[in-house]
Amino acid sequence: MEVISGYTNTGKRAAAAGEKTPAVVVSNLVKLYGHKNETVRALKGISFNVSRGELFGIVGPDGAGKTSLFRILATLLLPDGGSATMDGFDVVKDFNSIRQRVGYMPGRFSLYQDLSVEENLHFFATIFNTSITENYAMIKDIYAQIEPFKKRRAGKLSGGMKQKLALCCALVHRPSVLLLDEPTTGVDAVSRKEFWEMLRQLKAQGITILVSTPYMDEAGLCDRVALIQEGRLLSIDTPRQIVEQFNRQLVAVKADNMLTLLQSARAFEGSQDGYPFGEYHHVVLKPGYNIGQLAAYLQETSHKNLVVIPATANIEDCFMAFMKEK
Amino acid sequence: MSIVAQQYLNMNEENVITAHELTKQFGGFVAVDHISFSIRKGEIFGFLGANGAGKTTAMRMLCGLSLPTSGTATVAGFDVYRQNEKIKRNIGYMSQKFSLYDDLTVKENIRFYAGIYGKSDRFIKEKTGYILQLLRLEKEADKLVGALPLGWKQKLAFSVAVFHEPQIVFLDEPTGGVDPITRREFWTMIYQAAESGITVFVTTHYMDEAEYCNRVSVMVDGRIEAMDTPAALKKTYGAASMDDVFLQLARKATRPANE
Repeated sequence: MEVISGYTNTGKRAAAAGEKTPAVVVSNLVKLYGHKNETVRALKGISFNVSRGELFGIVGPDGAGKTSLFRILATLLLPDGGSATMDGFDVVKDFNSIRQRVGYMPGRFSLYQDLSVEENLHFFATIFNTSITENYAMIKDIYAQIEPFKKRRAGKLSGGMKQKLALCCALVHRPSVLLLDEPTTGVDAVSRKEFWEMLRQLKAQGITILVSTPYMDEAGLCDRVALIQEGRLLSIDTPRQIVEQFNRQLVAVKADNMLTLLQSARAFEGSQDGYPFGEYHHVVLKPGYNIGQLAAYLQETSHKNLVVIPATANIEDCFMAFMKEK
Repeated sequence: MSIVAQQYLNMNEENVITAHELTKQFGGFVAVDHISFSIRKGEIFGFLGANGAGKTTAMRMLCGLSLPTSGTATVAGFDVYRQNEKIKRNIGYMSQKFSLYDDLTVKENIRFYAGIYGKSDRFIKEKTGYILQLLRLEKEADKLVGALPLGWKQKLAFSVAVFHEPQIVFLDEPTGGVDPITRREFWTMIYQAAESGITVFVTTHYMDEAEYCNRVSVMVDGRIEAMDTPAALKKTYGAASMDDVFLQLARKATRPANE
């Protein structure tokens, strides 16, 4: 790739970047906070690529480094090590070009509360030198849902409507990459499902989407996911591949008294791990042990209405296994 | 015997929360619309609902922070209209948003909250040692809470909320954003508190956590649309999981979320 410094040659550079470059390239990225004595390493050297048109998830709990990563990619924070490019542009040198091409929706609602729905959208269109009508096709489906309230001040909107407006504002300049930092945190299960439906429709328009979430069950809705914990990536793959890599036998058990059942399950010599998992407990078996042995052991300890069945690992099982491996 | 059945025996059918036709209106808007339920001592009660369904308003009334418009309720044996100060002394409260002071140390936070509830120095001293040992936080006792990882903070916040041995603890989305291992450790603490006789009233957006409750209610547009054990709810709604039950019920909502 041709190297041109500065941000005046945006056209040339975009051509140089070409369509084949991944939409996002993150290479050994490091972010530190604090001073000499008390340094927090928010990102401990993470690397991944996101292809064009991909819906890529960053999945991990609070404090994993998700927001630091998104702020660096949005050119709002400088990394302390490593590098990253968005659409072929460097997040440090070419910040101005990136801002033209990236839509960013921060975790906290950051629109103007005292402007109306319409005014907010108009404002964001104007600072990007465009108009609402120019890119209306991109936001049409989402904006139609809040249009009946276009004269209402943003501060007076419900949580779900605020979220839709923020998404419209992030899309109004037709970005090629969309960064969504925890758009579904604190949102109820119904609204979460609706939001992911909107993302699926956006993806169909060819936009690259990088989305973070603390909800493990949302990982399955992404093309690929990076599991992140304490500033390190645990795994990057398609949700299916991650689940298939779970290399232990997993058993689901339930009985009338779940608390004593968990204690028994953990006490079994062939148990590597045992934890509550919704209606059941999941038991991870050590190599060389099988479900029959566990069932026999639990029957001996007299649990009423005991059920022991094989289970398939999901992302949350895998995440916990990765955390414990570390 | 199930946990539910065992706890029903242990608690002598004693109700620690009862609400009858409890209602809260803001102008013409009925936030909580004639809800009725009773919760037994030692029960883990899951209080579910979409954003804007009225959960927070209902919880504020039960905590003695907001007066109902109509209906009756008693919490820990006290009336929500006339004895709300007594209610506050007999309950614990924790949420993801409001919990501990970041610029006080672990020990100072415990001392501060226990002091507010009027606990004696001796009680505080003895129990602080016990709690720190239980949480394996002895080494961090004099560190600022702000420096602790989120998971530890949440567990400490729960311990502080039940430190004064309240009859009931209200937990408002206590596990939001924490990692899956810590989330499960947190629920183990909830089980232990319930076993010791503390009633747990909890809201959550994680539907797998609804499965851990003895009983669950689902609020839709200010009303309680369903209330039963998770197993019975799944049967009633022909659903494979609590997630399905919740979606079926919450999709009926017609009013917008305002949280």
